Amino acid sequence: MTKIDTARPETVLPTPSHTVGPFYGHALPFPGGGDIAPLGHPETVTLHGYVYDGEGRPLPDAFLELWGADPEGRLSRVDGSMRRDPAGGGYLGRNGVEFTGWGRVQTDADGHWSARTLRPGARGRSAPYLSVCVFARGLLVHLFTRIYFPEDTAAHAADPLLSRLDEARRATLVARGGGGGGGGGKDAYRFDVRLQGEGETVFLEFR
Amino acid sequence: MTLTQHDIDLEIAAERAAYEKRIAGGAPVEHQPRRDYAPYRSSVLRHPKQPPVTIDVGTDPELVELASPAFGERDVTETDNDLTRQHTGEPIGERITVSGRLLDRAGRPVRGQLIEIWQANSAGRYAHRREQHDAPLDPNFTGVGRTLTDDTGSYRFTTIQPGPYPWRQHLNAWRPAHIHFSLFGTAFTQRLVTQMYFPGDPLFPHDPIIQSVTDDAARQRLVATYDHALSVPEFSMGYHWDIVLDGPHATWIEEGR
Ligand SMILES: [Fe+3]
Repeated sequence: MTKIDTARPETVLPTPSHTVGPFYGHALPFPGGGDIAPLGHPETVTLHGYVYDGEGRPLPDAFLELWGADPEGRLSRVDGSMRRDPAGGGYLGRNGVEFTGWGRVQTDADGHWSARTLRPGARGRSAPYLSVCVFARGLLVHLFTRIYFPEDTAAHAADPLLSRLDEARRATLVARGGGGGGGGGKDAYRFDVRLQGEGETVFLEFR
Repeated sequence: MTLTQHDIDLEIAAERAAYEKRIAGGAPVEHQPRRDYAPYRSSVLRHPKQPPVTIDVGTDPELVELASPAFGERDVTETDNDLTRQHTGEPIGERITVSGRLLDRAGRPVRGQLIEIWQANSAGRYAHRREQHDAPLDPNFTGVGRTLTDDTGSYRFTTIQPGPYPWRQHLNAWRPAHIHFSLFGTAFTQRLVTQMYFPGDPLFPHDPIIQSVTDDAARQRLVATYDHALSVPEFSMGYHWDIVLDGPHATWIEEGR
């Protein structure tokens, strides 16, 4: 049943997803999970927001994974997001120099999350964006979305995803605030996730 | 009115009947749980009502989601896959070995990727500060492990058989014993968080979380197989569980198109 015969491709079927549940807090989060930008990097941006349910209540038990390119649009192949201490077994944190492009942040008791990463460069035909994967108790399958940056209006018009969406839905994928044109990361970008209902975030599936 | 197990059992049966009707009407097999599965109450206000927007990954090989973050030897210590050796003393409970392969949809091994697991102890208690079940904590068991898949896509954990636990959704709600798994593939699109169960658990029919996978064959893929060959003499019972990541990835496209 769960020994899969790879010689028979028709039997290779996906393992179903399941909720992360409420009790992952001792397992998945790690210190510095949201400190994705190398220390003092000039292209650092701060992102933060809330995750809301269908009644507008913030979720205290959600987490987000962020994955994005560096400012030149390159995807990191560097490990070390969750460096461990081989002696003590605890976390060492990132080394402060390398950029892995990936981080994991929990919402707090108010449903708020924050992360610092590098402002991504554009890749392919897309405007610059960060890929986001949302997990929570109650989500039987995780949800993919994207964070685009408000300064990139020209690129948004040509973006293969954003250009397919109407104004209101497109707005759910674009962070608010930020550096006001320079993108220098002086101010924090705000990105809320609404799982359901009015202003529901656009979620993505990949085929 | 107190919500009872009987109420939930009826809702589960209704969802099954609805699925069987869809299949009889020619609808495709559902390999994944429904996002809006009301017998699991937490899903009610947390599922999107708009259909997801589909991205055809074949149109752009540069998509960020077609790559995956990298993990390596720095992220995992040598004993992280042995949950019985993380404290000075021996944890209480039945030791088990859980092993299998991480595969993509074409049956190819997924190599060098991170697997994280977490679970309750043998009494059904999580080492999580918000956990309210008053079963005993085990000072010698945290219930968290990590490993990287090897060159054949294989993984192996040594741990303790987790206990079932009550979870208060409805009166007398018990989760079947399970181990939570978090998996990365070669593309972020393949990301998976799931749960592994043990064969023959009498709680299966009553648990709305496992029943959220309404397709019988798909649900069976969440249940490990007892494997006597994996049992370690005088030490542990063995279970085999292969995991198949869904979602398109770059090599899939190269070969498939
Ligand atoms: Fe659990």
